Amino acid sequence: MQTLSLDYPAGAPAARRALAGVVGSGDLEVLLEPGADGRSTVEINTSVDGVNEIWTAVVDRIFADAAQPAVALEINDFGATPAVVRLRIAQAMEQAAGADTGAH
Amino acid sequence: MTATTPSSRGGRWLAALTDEGPALPGYPDSVRVVDGELDGTPTRYIAVVPDPASDFPRARGGEVGLVEGWALARAVRETMTADVDGPRRPIVAVIDVPSQAYGRTEEAFGIHQALAAAADAYAAARRAEHPVIGLIVGKAMSGAFLAHGYQANRLIALDDAAVEVHAMGKQAAARITQRTVEGVEALARTITPMAYDIRSFQRLGLLHRLLSVADADSPAGPDVAAVRDALTEACRDIGDSRDLGARLGEGRAASLAVRRRLRAQWQS
Amino acid sequence: MDTATLIARESFVERGARERVAGLLDAGTMRELLDPFERLRSPWLAEQDIVTQADDGVVIARGAIAGTAVVCCAVEPAFQGGAIGEVGGAKIAGALELALEDAEAGRPVVPVLLLETGGVRLQEANCGLAAIAEIHAAIAALRAHVPVVGVVAGPVGCFGGMSIAAGLCSQLIATREARLGLNGPQVIEQEAGVDEFDSRDRPMIWSLTGGEQRRATGLVDTLCADDAQAIAAEVAAAVAAGPEDPARVADVDAALARLARIDGDRRAEAEWVRDAFQTPTDDGSDS
Repeated sequence: MQTLSLDYPAGAPAARRALAGVVGSGDLEVLLEPGADGRSTVEINTSVDGVNEIWTAVVDRIFADAAQPAVALEINDFGATPAVVRLRIAQAMEQAAGADTGAH
Repeated sequence: MTATTPSSRGGRWLAALTDEGPALPGYPDSVRVVDGELDGTPTRYIAVVPDPASDFPRARGGEVGLVEGWALARAVRETMTADVDGPRRPIVAVIDVPSQAYGRTEEAFGIHQALAAAADAYAAARRAEHPVIGLIVGKAMSGAFLAHGYQANRLIALDDAAVEVHAMGKQAAARITQRTVEGVEALARTITPMAYDIRSFQRLGLLHRLLSVADADSPAGPDVAAVRDALTEACRDIGDSRDLGARLGEGRAASLAVRRRLRAQWQS
Repeated sequence: MDTATLIARESFVERGARERVAGLLDAGTMRELLDPFERLRSPWLAEQDIVTQADDGVVIARGAIAGTAVVCCAVEPAFQGGAIGEVGGAKIAGALELALEDAEAGRPVVPVLLLETGGVRLQEANCGLAAIAEIHAAIAALRAHVPVVGVVAGPVGCFGGMSIAAGLCSQLIATREARLGLNGPQVIEQEAGVDEFDSRDRPMIWSLTGGEQRRATGLVDTLCADDAQAIAAEVAAAVAAGPEDPARVADVDAALARLARIDGDRRAEAEWVRDAFQTPTDDGSDS
């Protein structure tokens, strides 16, 4: 297992928390919570060693827009491909921005 | 059965604790049910023992198989029925079970349901105010232990190198977790719940007592007396408790924390 | 079944544990307990350098089904094969123990267990086994007060100590895709050899332990298609039933009589097993 912490400039805190994915083969779990104003943080725990550069490149691109809501992400990865990483993070961001479903 | 020495440790302890009392009829040779006593109180003792002549080839070595699961259920339920209007006899499960039976016929005929029937019977007896004690004298493995003993109010074990509790034998555990047997053994040394030895099990807080004996393999005078004393004390300790709450302690910190937080959130 | 029906049907099995629960509960009633943001994760997996899931693979939610108070305990099969560790096991056992307290106090809460699990998580062996014994104790005690409803839906199946938990339920629902058995195929092959059990022989495995065979032998009460709506309807019917001790657990004499009639040395085939379960006193076609 390997861990990696990244952070990015961001806008105002996200409206609410959100959850996407599971820690299953080729998938990952994303826990999203509102971040501190102006800063997004990403904590990654991954079962795959030696892929820090790929993770950094993928996440850098997702957080390239500094006007996005500030989030604190925890990612628990079980060998997801970059495409699945992007999909899960997008799902979580969408939920966090969308209407409150009252599911929690 | 003849008076020859039983082939298994569980059988020998059953014989010693019941003064070699006769096994009740109506049970398979692999499930020995003996009505003995404990500190002057009538007590039912039950053990699963090897039966090389069993009709089920995968359950000849003391494993808990189809017949054993259902026969355990019968032995326990019969005690409950007999005592329904009177004092509730203690039930002592003498535990020395190397595993559940692994076989095609076993799965096909629903060995899980046989084991459920046994666990259900022990749980029902405990709730019906029979003091139920699990006495671990040998192996207490996985589904076999769940069916025979793990529903007891109190668990007592002998402090001996051949006394083990686990969810799966080392070979199979290695294959399923994609490790070597050496790898499994190494982890078992550092991760308490992965250990096989009874002292590690005790550290999880699951035992009422861990008893030192001179010879766990050949029960004799002082050892048998010490086990009887421990069983008697456990009966007293059970008192009015009917659940498994006595097992939850700091040895399983996460189990406690989960329950504490669940309770806080239970009512909206 | 025609193509249009098949297309309109929404799979239950393809859903994750949380979504499965949400689909069973009356709209707006779901309240998850110990949700992932509480981060009650496995202390033992982390020590072994294995990535944890924030809810340890178990979803606990209170809510209502057709107005009846329920507590759903759902295992997430995608995480560690649905295996039960200390935290996930304690979540299920703890929820059932609280439901029992409520039932004893005259506030019945019906447990609904979604059991797609390989059994004990071997990385937490004795903690998982202990939790499963506590789950058994709670189910057995609850059955006197409320129906305990079990669902085995997906191809992971329900094995190990949790198959015993399934066997203890008052009402057990399964799909054709599901399997129910004590020992997983790999473990049997490891312990007994490939001649006894070939873990790659999928048709044999499903013919003996699949949902359809289990229904035909009375070891499952209801067979249901993998259709989220149909499963929700079966669960609702089971929740509405009264408490009972199913014959499958309680009829010790019938089970021992059946075993006395069969040849334990014979290689089991599905047809023979079905025949053995059909007797004058034990009609497997009738629930």
